[in-house]
Amino acid sequence: MHLDFSPEDLAFQQEVRAFIAENYPAELRGKQDEGDELSKEDFLSWHKVLAKKGWIAPAWPVEYGGTGWTATQKYIWSEETARADCIRLMPFGLSMVGPVIYTFGTPEQKAKFLPGILSGDVWWCQGYSEPGSGSDLASLRTKAVRDGDHYVVNGQKTWTTMAQHADWGFFLVRTDPDAKQQEGISFLLIDMKSPGITVRPIITLGGEHEVNEVWLEDVRVPVENRIYEENKGWTCAKFLLAHERTGIAGVAASKRGIEKVKSIARAELDGDKPLIANAFFKRKIAELEMDLTALEFTELRSLAGESAGRGPGPESSLLKIKGSEIQQRLTELTLEAVGHYGAPYFRGFGEGDNEHPIGPDYAHRAAPTYFNTRKTTIYGGSNEIQRNIIAKMVLGL
Amino acid sequence: MDFSYTETQGMLRDTLARFLADTYDFETRKKMLLRPEGRDPGIWQALATELGILGAPFAEEHGGLGGGALENMIMMEELGKVIAVEPYLQTVVIGGGAMKRAPAAMADAVIPEIIAGNAVIAWAYAEPQGRYDLANIRTTAKTDGAGFVLSGHKAVVYAAPWATHLLVTARTGGNQREREGVELFLIDASLPGIVRRDYPTVDGFQASEIYFENVAIPGDSHIPGGIDLIELLADEATMAICGEACGVSRKLHEGTLDYIKQRKQFGQPIGKFQVLQHRMADIFIEVEQIASMALMGTLKLDLPADERKAAVSLAKAKVARSINFVGQNAIQTHGGIGITVELAIGHYFKRGTMIENQFGSADFHLGRFEDLTLAA
Repeated sequence: MHLDFSPEDLAFQQEVRAFIAENYPAELRGKQDEGDELSKEDFLSWHKVLAKKGWIAPAWPVEYGGTGWTATQKYIWSEETARADCIRLMPFGLSMVGPVIYTFGTPEQKAKFLPGILSGDVWWCQGYSEPGSGSDLASLRTKAVRDGDHYVVNGQKTWTTMAQHADWGFFLVRTDPDAKQQEGISFLLIDMKSPGITVRPIITLGGEHEVNEVWLEDVRVPVENRIYEENKGWTCAKFLLAHERTGIAGVAASKRGIEKVKSIARAELDGDKPLIANAFFKRKIAELEMDLTALEFTELRSLAGESAGRGPGPESSLLKIKGSEIQQRLTELTLEAVGHYGAPYFRGFGEGDNEHPIGPDYAHRAAPTYFNTRKTTIYGGSNEIQRNIIAKMVLGL
Repeated sequence: MDFSYTETQGMLRDTLARFLADTYDFETRKKMLLRPEGRDPGIWQALATELGILGAPFAEEHGGLGGGALENMIMMEELGKVIAVEPYLQTVVIGGGAMKRAPAAMADAVIPEIIAGNAVIAWAYAEPQGRYDLANIRTTAKTDGAGFVLSGHKAVVYAAPWATHLLVTARTGGNQREREGVELFLIDASLPGIVRRDYPTVDGFQASEIYFENVAIPGDSHIPGGIDLIELLADEATMAICGEACGVSRKLHEGTLDYIKQRKQFGQPIGKFQVLQHRMADIFIEVEQIASMALMGTLKLDLPADERKAAVSLAKAKVARSINFVGQNAIQTHGGIGITVELAIGHYFKRGTMIENQFGSADFHLGRFEDLTLAA
């Protein structure tokens, strides 16, 4: 057992670094530096570069378009993309519905849907939560009634991230109202342009439009768009949730986040010294690095287990809990670091008057990001639910 | 020892609470924020004339009601309960506090204008490099004949876009972080050479960056007292926002308690789950400690400077920690709905978050307490 990279791994690391340096979209970099909100095209610009290179889906099996990288190479990839501050790819196709389709789908479904996910031509959204079904997801009430070779779907979904851009959505719907909760659910792929679908924005505390309500009124969905068997959708849902949880640890991104906090703490003054010389603040950064390192090695142990053939199990709840708490702590330290300049609200007027600036650029999104990041301990199965899973599935309580 | 409020104090609270219940519901507040000036100036006028309570902390000879810091705490707590965007802190607590210690001519002229609702004062004290150190000041006030010339940049001046007067800290001498030479001035907000860049704040207020570009100010705009007076004003302001924190956190508690009784998951109200019951109990504990510390610090504002500073710092550090806990857990307990702008709870969370660092973070105040009381 050791931590060293082999000469091949080091060469791969160099190749990845060079590729990112040469191919990361310059326009995207500029917008990130300015803290601008990213458009659909921005998100897709990096996606398309990677799709062209064949590096878009390292986690997928090679036969479906994966890279065939070793676990170490995947680790290097996530480290390097975070180090270069590359944007996060939208997970709905690549990390969520894609794996469900190649695991549970028919050959026709794989042929129809996987290419669009890889190329980025099709934008996906996730229709899981409902106003009355959050943590208790299996209580969902959106119903699909069979009518010949179609389902007729009625109901309301909520917290549907980026549904305003979506071409397709994957939905959990109730197909057997009489069965026990988990047993009457099916997994449907729905064309978001279908008649009867209405998408309404939900604005969050930082002023963002990320999430939506999706209303479905007599939406006709061909039966061939159901993944896996009727009433067995919960199997797909559980599989997907476990996948979602591992990505949610966000170790590489949090490492990058710590570097950003450090650079802010070096730029901010506390008396005649930089803030990073303040013993209280320095200790908080050190404690965060401690927690992140513990999370990183827990994830590496989990990945090692996965490459030895054990799929992501209930212990991925641990990664979700600690990862989300660390992400929140990062935003909290950033807000603390920027002092008075946490207060100005910049949306829509950050440009212009360079002679009379409103604080440093890195302060502009500190508070909205702190507010927004409260979501990480809520989404993807709230941390309370994750603790229930550990208690029940791991500890047998 | 007596922790009971006087009848007059009780009436003050009730009068304001009733008025705010009628005028400041969440939907109305939302509409106020969307107005071009970011508030409804009619509310301030009504507080002055209809209710006649802007004089609460002023002496009767100035037309006030004869109160002081406790009255400010009561007012701020009630304003906090509706997350009011009214310049009470800036105008009455800080501006009024400065006027009580100002030369008689200035006090006699300005205090009645505050009480009448005509004067709005904003406190330009913070600077981009200064963090929470009130003496870390680069802005200069250079003697020029009988007056001074102001030059410098003040950061995040709450209520400045509405202000008729600016209360400014500036150096008449000394180096950047020296206590010596920091002085206080009250000036007309519309003097030539004052460049303002206005913006909304994340907690729904309006503020400005203020650039003084060789602004000529009269000699009688100076309020003697130096850094000692400025620290006293900051401590009074700090305790006022601790009172506000009390109102804000009570609403965070109340809203969350209501929610867990109504919200059903797994076939029962989520308030039946023990993990949420314990969290709710912890929120309650922190809210009560905010109330205790707001009162403690307010009652100790009249002590000698070092004892006052130590008490205020302990109060603010505890309030910052507690409201952080209360706010974060109120949102977490609400789930996704707590992160939307639709529900009031998120707006209380935002104001609570800004209170954490306003006039000094928990670290700053614990540090000040240590310096004052924990010498080796």
